Amino acid sequence: MGNPNVGKSVIFSRLTGVRTTVSNYPGTTISYTRGFLKLGEEKVEVIDVPGTYTLEPTTEAEEIALQMLETGDIVINVVNATNLERSLYLSLQLLEREIPVVVALNLWDDARHRGINVDLERLRESLGVPVIPTIAITGEGIKELVENIPKATSPGTSARSRDHRWATIGGIIDQVQRVDHRHHTWLERLQDASVKPLTGGIIAVAVLVSAFLVIRFIGESLIGYVLDPLFNHLWAPVILSLSDLMGGSGFLHDVIVGKIAAGEVDFVESFGLLSSGLYVPFAMVLPYIISFYLVLGLLEDVGYLPRLAVLMDTIMHWLGLHGYAIIPTLLGLGCNVPAVMATRILESKRERFIASTLVSIAVPCAALQAMIFGLVGERGGQYVVVVYGTLFVAWVILGIILHHLVKGFSPELLIEIPPYRLPPWRIVLQKMWMRIYGFLAEAIPIILGAILLINVLYFFGVFEAIADFTAPVVTGLLGLPREAIISLVIGFLRKDVALGMLAPLPLSATQLVVASVVLAMLFPCIATFVVLLRELGVVNMFKSAGVMISAALVTGGILNLIL
Amino acid sequence: MRFMPHGNLVSLTQMRPGQSGVVVRIQGGFGLVDRLNALGVIPGKRIAKISSMIARGPVTVEIDRAQVAIGFGMANRIIVELD
Repeated sequence: MGNPNVGKSVIFSRLTGVRTTVSNYPGTTISYTRGFLKLGEEKVEVIDVPGTYTLEPTTEAEEIALQMLETGDIVINVVNATNLERSLYLSLQLLEREIPVVVALNLWDDARHRGINVDLERLRESLGVPVIPTIAITGEGIKELVENIPKATSPGTSARSRDHRWATIGGIIDQVQRVDHRHHTWLERLQDASVKPLTGGIIAVAVLVSAFLVIRFIGESLIGYVLDPLFNHLWAPVILSLSDLMGGSGFLHDVIVGKIAAGEVDFVESFGLLSSGLYVPFAMVLPYIISFYLVLGLLEDVGYLPRLAVLMDTIMHWLGLHGYAIIPTLLGLGCNVPAVMATRILESKRERFIASTLVSIAVPCAALQAMIFGLVGERGGQYVVVVYGTLFVAWVILGIILHHLVKGFSPELLIEIPPYRLPPWRIVLQKMWMRIYGFLAEAIPIILGAILLINVLYFFGVFEAIADFTAPVVTGLLGLPREAIISLVIGFLRKDVALGMLAPLPLSATQLVVASVVLAMLFPCIATFVVLLRELGVVNMFKSAGVMISAALVTGGILNLIL
Repeated sequence: MRFMPHGNLVSLTQMRPGQSGVVVRIQGGFGLVDRLNALGVIPGKRIAKISSMIARGPVTVEIDRAQVAIGFGMANRIIVELD
């Protein structure tokens, strides 16, 4: 247990080997995680809980932490060595209970760098429990921590009043801590500049623009120099041979190899499991997953996001949210699933509803974005701009509407802003790998399933039936050929494959834009749908779905009119 | 602890960036006081203002040697005695 963003999850990973997401902003862990640790002969369960500042809960995350405390036998209190003044408030509360405590004084190296000297012996005396300095990200001190877990004790101090606690902390700090005077480092100057309106705004724009450019550069390079050549030179011949072997046509051939025309494989339009089924995830989407999560991971671990939240707070309030909601929104640009789960860091039901609905409607995930860049980008960069621009405007307008329609309150921003930290490459790459692995393991089966389903539905003429049924809306309102409905239906499974389905259709550039926007907005992919259902509950899910469908159709209709 | 406030009393939003002082009181109900207490914003604490955001945006302060961002409405109800 410990304050948010002090290294609990890193220590948890070190103790149990369970990989959890870690980032440099408060609120990364939103629910508890379980793992096991071998303690001598025994196997003990370790639970990682969300950060909390006090045992008198003020947020839902803190309530979870308190509940887990009741189920525990021993508490490892992770304390921030660079900020004892705040960390000890929780520590003192823990010591007032009967549960044995051992303190992990983490960020020990960070403290040294900042000229903070802590007298360990005196701290142990003052608290009455073992205190072990640790540097979780390198693993130093972890062994000692484990050895001291059996020695955890409960000094059983009597309950204090709040003022008394703070006063006690003051006394302990005087005895135990000494801070060398240092000049403002450039990093600290940058920290302050990032939060001031003028410099902060400039920095924010610079960060977002460079993030975008880097993501594009890495993504396109991976596609252009590695994956496209791989598929076109190495895999295409294999596919062609296989096609000949299977007789060039027929249901089984089309399912496995896809539609081949004139001896050339179009990996996007063929829709075979071995052609599109591999090309879409690996050569179109994966490069952007890699580049996006690399950049996002860096932003997260440096600690920039809370500052961005401060800059965006006022604007977010127009949308019924507060600044911190920018974090789930940015996560949504990678994948909507963790984004919707991350809305738990928002404190009111109203905010969670608005934030998750907005993310599902207007924030396209990296997979979809990769396809947008690939397919719409082919027609010209300006069309990509229109797609993104429309989604952004829809996000804002819908936010304002929801802000006025949805009842409830949105609390104000109150967050701790962590210092900038330059993360070790190992951590950034490890996190990126975790997310890539998640994509590969979860998305690819669904992609393959979607392709299989498409082929089956085509074969049995189901698509024709659906297209006839929805034609008035699709052609009338949206100005698209009736076949486009198939793409929207598949969008329920995977949006990237669905956009790919538009490729063989004869669409003008503007029609493609309309189709992309409607696809992005219409209904979440099945993975997001499941998470939304869990987070919002059935009733709110229906309301949310209603908002999505109407917003998508209205936006599509308007676009159709003006383009 | 008791002290007699006798200097310049301003709200956190009225403070200028760079100024520091001591928190004197928090004008609010239990919810506000609880939330601020968790982050160490209590009467008697030293507080320094780092910046405020335009358009009634959050106020960034330094308290207990760490930075905290406080929404405008809340910051308005924190009364500080300037040094």
